[in-house]
Amino acid sequence: MSSTGLSHGSNTVPAPVVAARAALADADEKVAIRNVDFYYGDNRALKSISVSLYARRVTAFIGPSGCGKSTLLRILNRIYDLYPNQRAEGEVLLDGNNILDAKQDLNLLRARVGMVFQKPTPFPMSIYENIAFGIRLYEPLPKSEMDGRVEQALKRAALWNEVKDKLSANGLSLSGGQQQRLCIARTVAVQPEVILLDEPCSALDPISTAKIEELIDELKTEYTIAIVTHNMQQAARVSDYTAFMYLGELVEFDTTSKMFTSPVDPRTQDYITGRFG
Amino acid sequence: MMDHTHKAFDSDLQELGRMVAEMGGLAEQQIVDAVDALSRRDLTVAQRVIAGDTRIDVLQREVEARAILTIARRQPMAVDLREVVGSLRISNDLERIGDLAKNIAKRVVALDSEFLTQKVMRGVEHMTELVLSQIKDVLDAYARRDLAKAIGVWRADEGVDAVNNSLFRELLTYMMEDPRNIGICIHLLFCAKNIERMGDHATNIAETVYYMIEGRALADERPKGDTTSSTVVPFDA
Repeated sequence: MSSTGLSHGSNTVPAPVVAARAALADADEKVAIRNVDFYYGDNRALKSISVSLYARRVTAFIGPSGCGKSTLLRILNRIYDLYPNQRAEGEVLLDGNNILDAKQDLNLLRARVGMVFQKPTPFPMSIYENIAFGIRLYEPLPKSEMDGRVEQALKRAALWNEVKDKLSANGLSLSGGQQQRLCIARTVAVQPEVILLDEPCSALDPISTAKIEELIDELKTEYTIAIVTHNMQQAARVSDYTAFMYLGELVEFDTTSKMFTSPVDPRTQDYITGRFG
Repeated sequence: MMDHTHKAFDSDLQELGRMVAEMGGLAEQQIVDAVDALSRRDLTVAQRVIAGDTRIDVLQREVEARAILTIARRQPMAVDLREVVGSLRISNDLERIGDLAKNIAKRVVALDSEFLTQKVMRGVEHMTELVLSQIKDVLDAYARRDLAKAIGVWRADEGVDAVNNSLFRELLTYMMEDPRNIGICIHLLFCAKNIERMGDHATNIAETVYYMIEGRALADERPKGDTTSSTVVPFDA
């Protein structure tokens, strides 16, 4: 076995190989990221990334801090557009349409591609309003229907039983794990197609983490999910595909079972076995 | 390969490797002693082999306990996971090899004063040499992560099978010649079969070593030469 470690900076899996693997996948391509570069000012944070997300599958992005995995996630709903001097090049095809196109309606995009962040971010309002707020942005519903949608979203996020008697309580009064599930409920309430999870469990205890993971299993029957995580075991547990990124490059992308038992690239091996640095 | 950031993980894996290597050394010695006891019909050596098997059994349980603890504590991935699983599988094979050597020693005790032809014994000894060299090679392949050597062992099992086949026919002939030979010949047949089984365990280990290094199973059809189970016994009543 090679022990080249991290010294082979240029030994990236070439895009055609990744594309070939994508062709082998047994699921439909929902999001196709093609030759994407990303810049923070002059700093090129992503280097020609090509990878796909598959419908009703979970794709995990792993890699050391600063490798670009969160940056990649931020491209998928163009949240980076909120910041000056950040730009993406290349193509991100959502059902075949390039979302990086200047004419893309960003509100519509963010309704289709929802995001949950590392730290739970409930709005400082009631649990009910945390969910209803987002729905109202896209579709004005009568009260009775809204109640149904709120209940449905909370049930989807496995939070309903814990909050059904205190829907008017402030969202911030919930525990960290409940707050994170509230954020997931808020995301699924607007009925997105893709859900992006950026280290959703890093601030949670093991029980809350297990609940979120259970939820991910449940959600993937309907949604396309991308998750960024530092927890390798979590990636191994919840995802169908895993992408390993390093220094802004996609090093290896394969089925999760292959990545965690016999990765091909020595850099992937060193990272997932804890041999970095 | 680079060291783990967490150094204790490296020593866990090294210790597992060391224990498997120790088991291998003990198993080799048990085979040498068992066959030596058989050729010289030395009951003292035979008894020593029977008693000595315990140490291998104990080591196997220790490997198992440490491997399980390592999985629980470190959640090994990729090459590390394969190494831990490999140590479990190899220690199983070595424990079985130890049992087979012990079984030969037990038969020495049972044979005691019966007559053995030199020719048959030479066949058994030759087979033992072949198997011992297979086991030595596969343990080397394990210790050095030597893929070519592992594949070599995996392919070389045919030689053992060929000697086993000819021994089988020879012993059949002795039994047909004189029914008084049947007792000893049956014991010798089992001894030969035991040695042949040890060779099979060596090829199992070769497969495990291959998996540890490559991350996939050895896919080819292995060359097989053991025809004893399909041999028709010619008997003119």
